Amino acid sequence: MSSHEYTPSSKFGKWFNDRLPLLTLGKHLTDYPTPKNLNYWWTFGGILTFCLITQIVTGLILAMHYVAHADLAFGSVEHIMRNVNYGWLIRYVHANGASMFFLAVYIHIFRSLYYGSYKSPREIIWILGMIIYILMMAAAFMGYVLPWGQMSFWGATVITNLFSAIPLVGESIVTWLWGGYSVDNPTLTRFFSLHYLIPFLILGLVVLHIWALHVPGNNNPIGIDLKKPSKDTVPFHPYIVIKDLFALLIFLIVFAFFVFYSPNILGHADNYIEANPMVTPAHIVPEWYLLPFYAILRSVPDKLLGVIAMFGALFILVILPWLDTSKTRSAIFRPLYKQFYWFLVADVLILGYVGAMPAEGIYLLVARVATAYYFAHFLIILPILSRKEKVLDVPLSITEPVLGGAVSASAVRQKKDKL
Amino acid sequence: MKKFLIIFFFLIISNLTSISSFSAEKAAKPMSPGWSFKGFFGTFDRASLQRGYQVYTEVCASCHSMKHLSYRNLSEPGGPEFSKDQVKIIASQFEVRDGPNDDGEMFDRPARPSDNFVSPYANDKEAAAANGGAYPPDMSVLVKARKGGADYIYSLLLGYDEPPEDISLDDGVYYNKYMAGNKIKMSNPLSEGIVEYADGTNASEEQMAKDVTTFLSWAAEPHLEERHKIGFRAIVYLIIITILVYFSMKKIWSRVESEV
Repeated sequence: MSSHEYTPSSKFGKWFNDRLPLLTLGKHLTDYPTPKNLNYWWTFGGILTFCLITQIVTGLILAMHYVAHADLAFGSVEHIMRNVNYGWLIRYVHANGASMFFLAVYIHIFRSLYYGSYKSPREIIWILGMIIYILMMAAAFMGYVLPWGQMSFWGATVITNLFSAIPLVGESIVTWLWGGYSVDNPTLTRFFSLHYLIPFLILGLVVLHIWALHVPGNNNPIGIDLKKPSKDTVPFHPYIVIKDLFALLIFLIVFAFFVFYSPNILGHADNYIEANPMVTPAHIVPEWYLLPFYAILRSVPDKLLGVIAMFGALFILVILPWLDTSKTRSAIFRPLYKQFYWFLVADVLILGYVGAMPAEGIYLLVARVATAYYFAHFLIILPILSRKEKVLDVPLSITEPVLGGAVSASAVRQKKDKL
Repeated sequence: MKKFLIIFFFLIISNLTSISSFSAEKAAKPMSPGWSFKGFFGTFDRASLQRGYQVYTEVCASCHSMKHLSYRNLSEPGGPEFSKDQVKIIASQFEVRDGPNDDGEMFDRPARPSDNFVSPYANDKEAAAANGGAYPPDMSVLVKARKGGADYIYSLLLGYDEPPEDISLDDGVYYNKYMAGNKIKMSNPLSEGIVEYADGTNASEEQMAKDVTTFLSWAAEPHLEERHKIGFRAIVYLIIITILVYFSMKKIWSRVESEV
């Protein structure tokens, strides 16, 4: 990975490193040249890594006490809350940790959208990130089923039923997913098994995500390619480490407020009622982080098309690097894109809001408009912007705007085009 | 930095409001008598918990189970904190089925503090059959299982009223301002003096509703006091270490021409 060969100073270190170059890796990670102008939106990568590890550690402990059985699951969660030493703390960290994880991942994704981090040469990082995001949603959804409350049961019923929209084989697929003819014990046990598996898949993908990042290096707020290492970069350690730590601590303060002072505010009260297949809750709503997609699903009158729209909303993100072909990465230098970016943020927040509301009347209308706009943003606005938008001059280096240099990247590009 | 924080908190708050503004169906907004267990340093009122247990056991427990609690919980810190001996006496008033013994037979014995609360009915079906088809919900986590929490339970207990003229009620159905749809199958459980408090407190309906709701809030969240205590320490610790890390960061970054 590193172009500079690293030789450990100790004899044993050298012997070991020749056989397994862990020390070279460590050296690479500490020296990794990072743009010095990264703002706090860039600290969420580290925060997300922390979230993943927190979820895995708390999840491991919960799994020691949880019983994956339809008759016992609800009681075992209460057992954790009441009788296990600090079980309440571990469970609340895990449950709120999922929400904090999504909060962080949404900020991370929207940062990437704003600064064009998904563009060449970082498409693979972006796609890996999207796969992680999709797996996170799968893990979170299955995790929400495990306490076997009313919302667990009915959420599982609604979401798994989506697959019945597939023509011809839909019903068979749903039966296969359930392991029976309704959501029941076999569904719970397989969800538990998969909920345990997925975080480790995510962990593996995170390693790839970071590896892919370390090839081109970080994007940065002005979105230019940097010579590395140079005046524009700082070594990862200690500069970025301490900055990430500072941001993480602030994040943890928010996290702690949720865990200790309103641990149930992000959940739904109905999930403290044990699952009952004979009683349907008045409103079935997923967790807040899935609401925008839930709104898209419900805004389409046809079931199959609704499911396609929902998965399409995710897939469209995967192919984003080829929808937005503008060479300029950062929204700072794309005045029009910047505006549409904030429209998209508002659009997604609106979708989340209407996703929590009953699908009727004005809410349904708003959901439809917002869904249409969501797709228009990616399929119409971005491709047109990529061609038509007049971008501002991008500086050649991070230090240049400070030093007041005259040469800009777009001027250089124009010269090249002429030649 | 400031801008970052503002946007960050805005995102959190906007997400919260989208959850909490969930539409309520045709029910009055719950009242709050003011709870001692809310807020950063909230703790339960010990005497109120003990009275609340009395209301639960003398009134509610004839229909409502509380199967996730054990009698020993009643003496644990942060709860009603009855003495161990009191709890032994409380438990021994209930009978539990145990066994099989060495002869292979099941037998009844007095409950011990380690036993779970004995349920009034053998199963949910029996509970529903005995209550006109409506199954009285288990009360272990009832406060957390209702939107509005303690306020809602408190209001519901005091929300019985004569129905407005345009509402007709079937037999065994009662009018309640705070219930979704305003119809409830539980008759008004509280009436002045239905309980004679051991500590001499006047058992008004409001008093009983407040006490039993306090008790139910503790039952749903038995570690609430510990949570508040640890939470405060954890957050103070985090704030101190954040300040220290902030200045370390400033120091380290002062070596390069860039802002953090």
